[in-house]
Amino acid sequence: MRYETPSTAKEAVSLMAKEKGIAYILAGGTDLLVKMKAGMIEPDLVVDIKRVKGMNEIKKGAGGYSIGAAVPCVAILENAAFVKAWPGVADAANLIGSRQVQGRSTMTGNMCNASPAADSVPALVAAGAKVSIAGPKGNRKLAVEDVAAGVGRNNLKKGEIITSIDLPKKAAKSGDAYLRFTPRTEMDIAVVSVGVNLTLDGKGVITKARVALGAVSTTVLLVKEAAKAIIGTKLDDAAKANLAALCSAACKPIDDKRGTIEFRTDVAGVLARRAAETAYARAGGK
Amino acid sequence: MGAHVNTTINGDAVEFVCAPDESLLDVLRNRIGLTGAKEGCGTGDCGACSVILDGRLVCSCLVLGAEMNGKKLETIEGMADGAKLHPLQQHFIDGAALQCGICTPGFLMAAQALLRKNPDPTEEEIRYGLAGNLCRCTGYDKIVRAVQAAAKEMRG
Amino acid sequence: MPLDQDLEIKKFKVIGTRVRRPDGVDKVTGRARYGADTSAPGQLVALVLRSPHPHAIIKKIDISKAEKLAGVKAIITSADLPDLTNGDRAMLDILENCMARKKVLYDGHAVAAVAAIDATTARAALKLIKVDYQILPHVTDVDEALKPTSPVIHDHIFTDGIEPKPTKASNFNKQAEYGHGDLDAGFAEADVIIEKSYKTEQTHQGYIEPHSCLASVSPDGAAEMWVCTQGHFVYRNQCAALLGLDANKLRVTASEIGGGFGGKTHIWTEPLALALSRKANRPVKLTMSREEVFRCTGPTSSTSIDVKIGAKKDGTITAAFAELRYHGGAFPSNWAEFGAMTTWACYDIKNCKSLSKDAIVNRPKTAAYRAPSAPQSCFAVENTIDEVAKAIGMDPVELRIKNAAKEGTKSSYGPVYGPIGIGATLQAAKNHPHMKAPLAKDTGRGMACGFWFNFGGQTCVDLNVTPDGTITVAVGTMDVGGSRASLALAAAEELGVPYEAVRVIVADTSSLGHNDMTDGSRGTFSSSMAAVFAARNAITILRERAAKTWEIPVDDVEWVDGEAKAKGASRGNLAPLTLKDLAKGAGGTGGPIAGHSEIVADNAGVSFGTHICDAHVDKETGKTTITRYTVIQDAGKAMHPSYVEGQYQGGAAQGIGWALNEEYVYGTNGRLQNAAFLDYRIPVCSDLPMIDTQILEIPNPHHPYGVRGVGETPIVPPLAAVSIAVTNATGVRMHHIPMSPPRILKAIKSAKM
Ligand SMILES: Cc1cc2nc3c(=O)[nH]c(=O)nc-3n(C[C@H](O)[C@H](O)[C@H](O)COP(=O)(O)OP(=O)(O)OC[C@H]3O[C@@H](n4cnc5c(N)ncnc54)[C@H](O)[C@@H]3O)c2cc1C
Ligand code: FES
Ligand code: FES
Repeated sequence: MRYETPSTAKEAVSLMAKEKGIAYILAGGTDLLVKMKAGMIEPDLVVDIKRVKGMNEIKKGAGGYSIGAAVPCVAILENAAFVKAWPGVADAANLIGSRQVQGRSTMTGNMCNASPAADSVPALVAAGAKVSIAGPKGNRKLAVEDVAAGVGRNNLKKGEIITSIDLPKKAAKSGDAYLRFTPRTEMDIAVVSVGVNLTLDGKGVITKARVALGAVSTTVLLVKEAAKAIIGTKLDDAAKANLAALCSAACKPIDDKRGTIEFRTDVAGVLARRAAETAYARAGGK
Repeated sequence: MGAHVNTTINGDAVEFVCAPDESLLDVLRNRIGLTGAKEGCGTGDCGACSVILDGRLVCSCLVLGAEMNGKKLETIEGMADGAKLHPLQQHFIDGAALQCGICTPGFLMAAQALLRKNPDPTEEEIRYGLAGNLCRCTGYDKIVRAVQAAAKEMRG
Repeated sequence: MPLDQDLEIKKFKVIGTRVRRPDGVDKVTGRARYGADTSAPGQLVALVLRSPHPHAIIKKIDISKAEKLAGVKAIITSADLPDLTNGDRAMLDILENCMARKKVLYDGHAVAAVAAIDATTARAALKLIKVDYQILPHVTDVDEALKPTSPVIHDHIFTDGIEPKPTKASNFNKQAEYGHGDLDAGFAEADVIIEKSYKTEQTHQGYIEPHSCLASVSPDGAAEMWVCTQGHFVYRNQCAALLGLDANKLRVTASEIGGGFGGKTHIWTEPLALALSRKANRPVKLTMSREEVFRCTGPTSSTSIDVKIGAKKDGTITAAFAELRYHGGAFPSNWAEFGAMTTWACYDIKNCKSLSKDAIVNRPKTAAYRAPSAPQSCFAVENTIDEVAKAIGMDPVELRIKNAAKEGTKSSYGPVYGPIGIGATLQAAKNHPHMKAPLAKDTGRGMACGFWFNFGGQTCVDLNVTPDGTITVAVGTMDVGGSRASLALAAAEELGVPYEAVRVIVADTSSLGHNDMTDGSRGTFSSSMAAVFAARNAITILRERAAKTWEIPVDDVEWVDGEAKAKGASRGNLAPLTLKDLAKGAGGTGGPIAGHSEIVADNAGVSFGTHICDAHVDKETGKTTITRYTVIQDAGKAMHPSYVEGQYQGGAAQGIGWALNEEYVYGTNGRLQNAAFLDYRIPVCSDLPMIDTQILEIPNPHHPYGVRGVGETPIVPPLAAVSIAVTNATGVRMHHIPMSPPRILKAIKSAKM
């Protein structure tokens, strides 16, 4: 195995594009090294992007925040302005593993690894985030919900790397929230998870909503019908019940060591309701 | 092809060659002779291998040795100030916060990182701050109390 | 001074104080050396090839390609481990567990092992070994295994304990029965009868340090092994026997141990490391991965238990019956029998019986786990008792107090109790502020009591007085959690010297006589007794030396506060001789001064505990949070209260994990699905509250200081206490451990329907 530390994205892309064997990007390594240790993958080349200029930065531009692909979760949590703007995304970053894991793990790695239970993904999908991709044939953008192709598979082409996650400008009177269910308080993988992002009008009526579910299908689900059910409401009990029912209905889960179909389906609705309540309050709704 | 690395460990310049896919934990334990960091799992789940890398708490089993060029690493072996134990170390002994002790180096590193960021943590903050470190012997009670006592002493 | 076990009530000088442990500094600075922390010149790295199948015939193992790989120095299969057991089936089982012979019996069973120059080469070699399996049907569930239709795992097992002995082989290896009285008459007297069935899943000890050893066999047959173990003498004896080595030539040194809880009382890979070293003629280090630890070592039994209790309206239990089905993994065991012995041990019941059925399944060989078998039976019994209390409208603590065993009670497993602490712990629980504290919404309170026998066993201690008058103590029973401090306290107490003047080490197998494992909570109980005797023997010599110096009869010399004093008014002019003086002069009075003790410590003193638990349940998700927890237990005498509290807290935490989320999940393919800490969910720091402890001291009459074993009892009541708390929070009785959120939510939903 070769280990490379390019200093520009272009260099990284060309290393990845040229490699004939098995090549992986190394961000925090908290998924990659575990898979290497287990013998699940045996890379010929590992390209560490942590020394690529700019990839370690969180930038705030006119369009909104841009989080470099190598920014570890802990740096996101240390950025007070970001945490204030996107508490739901920050909550998700705060749930990925332990402090130790957060010292390394990136949201980009979380997304590229394409686990259906990845914590940052429902939060970012709800937030309406996109990723910037650099590749041998130029740059492109992709919505976060389109990054994963299936369990452990993503839609990046040979040589392509994600350079940053771009969040839209935070709307006035909007709020986001992310909740997951795990049997333990920490060090656990989501059995089911929900990201919600809401925008209200002056009267507290929901005008825009995005609802995303994790760990209930092969990829994270953007549940448009559930969002629709609460738009135009003040998140009254009936709206919450509709939201919960539609989220449960959208689940396509499996039985596995972490949970049952029945449990995931039930709890998806419960968490959707609770996350919506938090997001509504964060948006200034009463 | 081996990776040739120049790095700083507990203030000392260290040079080593390792396989490119070798973890920092293996480098520390098998090449440099620093066996204070323990391997409880090798997959980031137990925290026994915790070290502080450029000021950030990490699992050394989830870092490649090859990544270490130009980095600053703190390990349990560098925690005491010569013969004088760090207050956390002293309170762990005095408060019986270790039984078998295999988790202790990792807890001390994690507690050190926590108190640097937050010198006056609540019990809940301590518990969440140490959630990446498994201890099977103590039930955590005496560990949390030792961290509280050390924090108090360090605040003066 | 008396060298019998009997308790002497006296005022202690250092016993019971909270001194700093001798290994503390090494352990907080990273210097302490555990199993994997040492290496030898020229050492090879060993890895084990393990079966992916739960049950299969090994048709062929082809190592030819692997052998040719550069850097591979030795490969072994069962062919390199011939059967030297001379018909001792139990020993052959141990060997067969270390390395599969004709069949693999569980997912993870070893089939071959490689020693190579480094881990990368060893890993590559494992991939080159080709094993041809003929897959057989398997069974992992204990009740399924007992059915006549189940695939039979061993063709040499014919159920023990059934008359007439069956002639057909089966997975039902043993039946046993305990109890007394007339059940039918007892149930006929009852006003209420509650009959329930329970299940518990398999859990792992979950020690943080994986098994590791460094073995070195020389061509002349001398061998050394450094290993993390709870009993290096037993490891030595078994490894030597299985490999045909002389026990005196195999010197085993116990490393510091990173937890064991019973899991490091069995040999697993040590014979493989020795065999590889012998074949390669180089030192071999073999360290398990975490996945191997879960797949192939030490879990406890999963169980299925039926309980029937009858009681009068006034709370008197008139009859009690339990049938307990446990398994030993892929090998015969008597875990169910242990469970049966503990079933009714807390109570004085006129008519009681427990029937045990031990089974064999395609899972790893189960090992002892802290009070092995008792937590499961306690869970079943205490929940049923709780239901009896509810049925007759009596306070559950009062009901237990009414039926509690006491001094003179004939226990359900046979012996008549001496002074015991069950009643006292129940009274303490009743009066504890925790019992009266208000409960938050959706929170329930549960209490339960539990019992453990405790063991003593063979123990050696050498105590030496150094020329400068300080003391070294060598002990052969592993220190698994601070017992060196307690032994130093015992020696200091006897000799009348400061604690700091005594240094205790764990000696290797060539330095002392045989010692049993540190299991059965025997560590502090038996070693402290041996340390007391060794010190008393040393004092006899010290008095002799003083007598010689003074030229007076030894009977006129007494040992007081670390000094020899001449008795009688006429001898007032003789200045006392201190330990330092006598040590300094030893060369002239007869040579080095030492005290030895080799004993079988009996009567470790049964111990009882009562736990109180508050649990909050989120009724929409089934998630349980323990909000308050109290452990009350009899320690006999707490030599070092901090470490006694630590045992209480640690045991309770393990029990809480077992109660809520820990379990082995096997797929229908018979493979373990969750062999990692991320999915085998032991409690993390943020999952638990502080764990309050209350130490009661009802002295053990058979220990000079009154010490009882304390390490195991704390894991017995939590499964019951937590489940009763959850039941009281949700209004639904929980019959299946662990009470994972899906199980709780399902139970709540079905109760609503
Ligand atoms: C103990 C532990 C606990 C964990 N707990 C959680 C948890 O609670 N929730 C959770 O969601 N996850 C958890 N994880 C998984 C993991 O930490 C996360 O998925 C993490 O976000 C991955 O980020 P990383 O930077 O470490 O990824 P890496 O391991 O560096 O990379 C992951 C994958 O993405 C690819 N990749 C990374 N960056 C790029 C890029 N810029 N462009 C293209 N491809 C890229 C890599 O090649 C690799 O295939 C846990 C892991 C461990 C070890
Ligand atoms: S060994 Fe690194 S976290 Fe367990
Ligand atoms: S003291 Fe043994 S694991 Fe923590």
